[in-house]
Amino acid sequence: MIHVENLTKYYGEFCAVKGINFSVDRGEIVGLLGPNGAGKTTTLRMLTGYLLPTDGTISVKGYTMPDDIVAIKGMIGYLPESAPLYNEMLVYDYLDYVAGIKGIERDRRQSHFEKLVATCGLQGIMHLQIGELSKGLKQRVGLAHAMMNDPEILILDEPTSGLDPNQITDIRGIITEIGTEKTVILSTHILSEVEATCDRIIIINEGNIVADKPTAALKQSVSGDRRDTIITVRNAGYDDVEAAVKDIDGITALERLNAPDGDISLRVASTGEMDIRPALYGRIKSHDWILMEFYQEQKTLETIFRELTKEM
Amino acid sequence: MQVMRILRKELQDYFVSPIAYIVISIFLLVTGWFFFSTFFIFGQASLRNFFSLLPIVFSFIVPAVTMRLFAEEIKVGSYEIILTMPVTFRDIILGKFFAGVTLIAAMLVPTLAYPVSISFIGTVDWGPVAGGYMGALFLGAAFAAVGIWASSVTRNQIVAFIVGTVICFALALIDKMLIFFPRGIVNFIAFFGADYHFQNIAKGVVDSRDVLYFLSVMFIGLYATYMTLHSRN
Repeated sequence: MIHVENLTKYYGEFCAVKGINFSVDRGEIVGLLGPNGAGKTTTLRMLTGYLLPTDGTISVKGYTMPDDIVAIKGMIGYLPESAPLYNEMLVYDYLDYVAGIKGIERDRRQSHFEKLVATCGLQGIMHLQIGELSKGLKQRVGLAHAMMNDPEILILDEPTSGLDPNQITDIRGIITEIGTEKTVILSTHILSEVEATCDRIIIINEGNIVADKPTAALKQSVSGDRRDTIITVRNAGYDDVEAAVKDIDGITALERLNAPDGDISLRVASTGEMDIRPALYGRIKSHDWILMEFYQEQKTLETIFRELTKEM
Repeated sequence: MQVMRILRKELQDYFVSPIAYIVISIFLLVTGWFFFSTFFIFGQASLRNFFSLLPIVFSFIVPAVTMRLFAEEIKVGSYEIILTMPVTFRDIILGKFFAGVTLIAAMLVPTLAYPVSISFIGTVDWGPVAGGYMGALFLGAAFAAVGIWASSVTRNQIVAFIVGTVICFALALIDKMLIFFPRGIVNFIAFFGADYHFQNIAKGVVDSRDVLYFLSVMFIGLYATYMTLHSRN
């Protein structure tokens, strides 16, 4: 649906986006992830036609920038970062204006608005001035703006930044709901957000794509061939426990961890192909120890993110 | 069509907020005062005094009308919103330009009371009056194009106002400054004076050269705006 090739953007001498390639299929929710200043917003702004690329091509459903820019803008609903809206307009007037520009006939508008108000939770604020609204409500008006003409593609730039936890959950719910039938690209640096909402993650760092994988695959890929199991036992000594488990097939390293109350805690590293947990449990069971903790450490997105985007 | 929608929204902004009323009041106050303070001394039933002042007054008032059109959007960030909707630069620029021109026209409407009230106390020659109003619209539109360009180069409305005023003021005054120029190019320089062309039309003589002058200023101003906005992305 969206194809991006060799997309490059220079701000004067500074290269913000360095020849990136990716494509997004219909119905995907793609999370654009990266530290501040990585080029996320610049990339989204080029997709929406706000900025023109220095080099490279963008095509959306067979239309290309910049020749068909108006057609592409018509297919994309865009929520810029922190939803900069006309503060002195009323919510209703604003949405009516947007509806006009996006080509929604006057007689269809009322039914359209009712649907939008329900989806975005705008009940009871249509008569207020946009400038008086809280950040969360403004974000919803921005979302209604983006979804005005039922666009096939939604592009959301940090849709939850600056919101409180309740508002974040609300907005996330709306996004997931929209995502069932539309293509969504959202940028964020909140990792739990992409984990919760996105099918696919593209990580950008310093203008380059450093990872582009389905969310599940990405989480697996970095943990790769090493897996850590943590065990904590009571009524034992470090040497005893180490001696008991160290000859299990697949274990590559043992590391003593600090545990409270005189418990013994070990990090047992093993190769990825083999599940050492049954054997490990068997060894512990055969002793008179009390098993307090037994779990496999999940590499979180956070670790992956840090590994991929840390300064070289 | 998109031009009309943007025009409507801009006009709504002008008239919902106090801007329009303040600008119109100041305009009427200034022109009314200068016009009538000498009107009874001359004792002539003409609007000549009113029109002769207009270029100077407009070079302050018009940039005040247009200064917010782009600068505010760029500052608030709503510029990103309007630019990512299915509109072209041309739609945006023309919509805002015509909104400014409409406000200027609305500002001139109440001054029609001058010729009407004068017609009760003397015989008004309606030709120059009609020409004057037509010229005033051309002048206002040309200055609006300059003001819009000034508004597109900055995110600061005060800067936009000052830049716009300086250029309009120069255009309005240039033919009063002709003594400073070498004799050979005086005629050439005089051609750039907005006042010179405006006074021609205000005499009731609509010459295509004068009309062309104002249309050129509008075109240059709007095209410069287009180039400025374009270079922004």
